[in-house]
Amino acid sequence: MDFSHSEERQLFKDMAARYIADKYKLEARNKAAETETGFSPDHWAQFAELGLIGALFTEEAGGFGGSPFDVTVLFEELGRGLVNEPLLATAVLGGGLIADLGNDAQKAVLEEVIAGTHQLAFAHGEPKSRYDASHVETTAESGPGNGYVLNGAKAVVLNGGNADTLIVSARTSGKTWDEDGISLFLVPKGTAGVSVRSYPSIDGLHAAEVTLDKVELPADALLGEAGKAYPAIEKVLARGAMALASEAVGIMEVCRDMTIDYLKTRKQFGVEIGRFQALQHRMATVLLEIEQARSAVINAAGHFNENRVARERAVSAAKTLAGKVGKLVAEEAIQMHGGIAMTWEYAVGHFAKRLIMIDHQLGDVDYHTARYVALSKAA
Amino acid sequence: MDLSFSPEDLAFQAEVRDFLKKELSPKLADKVKHNKHLSKEDLTGWHATLNKRGWLAQDWPKKYGGAEWTPVQQQIFNDEAAAANAPRIIPFGLKMLAPVLMKFGTEEQKAHYLPRILDGTDWWCQGYSEPGAGSDLASLKTRAVRDGDHYVINGQKTWTTLAQYADWIFCLVRTSTEGKPQEGISFILVDMKSPGITVRPIILLEGTHEVNEVFFDNVRVPAENMIGEENKGWTYAKYLLTHERTNIAGVDASKAALAEVKKIAAAETVRGVPLAEDPYFARRIAEVEMELDALSTTNLRVLSSPDAASQAGPISSMLKIKGTEIRQAINDLSRRAIGPYAMPFVSEALEEGYNGEPVGPDYALGVAPDYFNNRKITIFGGSNEIQRGIISKMVMGL
Repeated sequence: MDFSHSEERQLFKDMAARYIADKYKLEARNKAAETETGFSPDHWAQFAELGLIGALFTEEAGGFGGSPFDVTVLFEELGRGLVNEPLLATAVLGGGLIADLGNDAQKAVLEEVIAGTHQLAFAHGEPKSRYDASHVETTAESGPGNGYVLNGAKAVVLNGGNADTLIVSARTSGKTWDEDGISLFLVPKGTAGVSVRSYPSIDGLHAAEVTLDKVELPADALLGEAGKAYPAIEKVLARGAMALASEAVGIMEVCRDMTIDYLKTRKQFGVEIGRFQALQHRMATVLLEIEQARSAVINAAGHFNENRVARERAVSAAKTLAGKVGKLVAEEAIQMHGGIAMTWEYAVGHFAKRLIMIDHQLGDVDYHTARYVALSKAA
Repeated sequence: MDLSFSPEDLAFQAEVRDFLKKELSPKLADKVKHNKHLSKEDLTGWHATLNKRGWLAQDWPKKYGGAEWTPVQQQIFNDEAAAANAPRIIPFGLKMLAPVLMKFGTEEQKAHYLPRILDGTDWWCQGYSEPGAGSDLASLKTRAVRDGDHYVINGQKTWTTLAQYADWIFCLVRTSTEGKPQEGISFILVDMKSPGITVRPIILLEGTHEVNEVFFDNVRVPAENMIGEENKGWTYAKYLLTHERTNIAGVDASKAALAEVKKIAAAETVRGVPLAEDPYFARRIAEVEMELDALSTTNLRVLSSPDAASQAGPISSMLKIKGTEIRQAINDLSRRAIGPYAMPFVSEALEEGYNGEPVGPDYALGVAPDYFNNRKITIFGGSNEIQRGIISKMVMGL
């Protein structure tokens, strides 16, 4: 066992942390969130330049990292900056699927992804799927020239409006909840029959509702084997959930530090409010629960490359604790700050919003606890 | 970062398993498993078995006869021992007094007392709390007054765990009333056979005799029994309270207890379906298990950290709070899992040699008493409220 980072990864972490601390400002981030893309193209170009995108891919896929701990280390730093550039959608989810399943021709796009010139989105969730990864109603029937025709709707697709390529899941066989029969398709921006309604999210990101109306795709749009995409989908969603849990830990630490500072400076009844035991004890709880969430993320990364059950259980535990502790930290940060935290101008509210919304991405506390129970039976 | 055991650790784990298989008697393991009362011989016998193998003083340096295990090795041993239902190691001499002796004792004191802790000659108990000094330990009043080559001690200690078996007691006593309360405290070692000492049992709410009151009536103690300097005892006591970090989270015992809850929940049925498959109960188990897996990593993470020594206080506090909360949550699950059979209380059944008919399933025995007994863990060793205060002060500077 070893709980320290390799020198190389530590240098990478420090570099990312420095960039975010020096260059990534909350006010500009919130301004960017109001633009059509919802993020800053300048930061995105810098992330590519600094290798933040490449760090999420293995050397085999053209990157220079890609291990579970590379993912968690980077996302924790992204959390600290409340970064809204689409690393999760483009690199972890979209890029992860192409790296895992793509043929050589399909993988060629990863070079552009890593260079920051190609955006991706994983259009998987549907209006009725909630967090269930096998719930796919969208259909892919055979079309002209060995191709496919897709029909259906995809919901809350992160980065959907910006994607140069959408990776769409659709059913080539089976019933709505079957794991078998799900296929993935690469759908270029502007393909006829695809409509994308992009919108901002409450935590400063962008997502989209995607409608597929008789979308004709060529045979080579199929990513991986027909009907056999589920295991890869499950794994990439686990990677995404782990990344989100780590992002949450970064955000929690920012909320914690801001709250401690506030408790030390804000005076009421003639003393700093941090002198009140009612607040001290609650703050101590916040502190130790964050350590638990951090440990759960380490467990997820540490077990990620083991067998499926070990990986999925550890990820569900991490996402559950991130959700639970995230709620505690966000709510306590707002409560202990009092009225000032309710304002748009003050930073902590923006961190709290993202922290809470992380629980609504790739499975919440209830979903992952139930999943953990089911996986424990299989263990 | 790497969560896997090294080949050396795996070999060590196999060695520990083999040792437990050979050396831990099924009879003793059964007593531990069912929370039956352990005799002094049960406890000293297990210490002797471990000492013979060189495994009693896990974290002592080798020069004092310790095993000098790494945190990972300690966790491996403790996990395996708890899973095999071995008795816990009594910490007072080994884990509480010994580190203080090593750091602040004279060479003579170390040479005299440390070997006797190892070979079981001296059973130690801890004389800290007093009727008026619980969480506010520094307000203690037991007086030690210098009289020639001796100190004369008058006062009372309480909650003294297993004092009924003890040969010696390490005490915090007041040697000065000047200045702040912390500044007049000394740390002194007292022979329990000294004239003037009376031990009176305190029976706990679940009926066990675990703790005692210890009265001091003009007890004469040689001055050489003082550790370090007079009036500096608070420093040594704080060191003691924060030193024992490796097992403060109790991850091993919680893991074993959670495994037992799962067994009970698999055996108990609701309309023919195992309780373990009841979605609500299964969920409650899962919630505790996720926390416990995280704590296991938190524990190793902080112990392996290079800052562990400087951060000892708040780290101990953190591990203690979370560890005891999880342990109590498991006790709560066990109690609920056995349903109405939590109620029968045949106290003789918890004693050795009981041959009577059990009431209800055998796994129900001891569950409710253990639930009540473990209410103590969030109170003793500095209540969890005191620990939160330490975190506020030392980590957050509030």
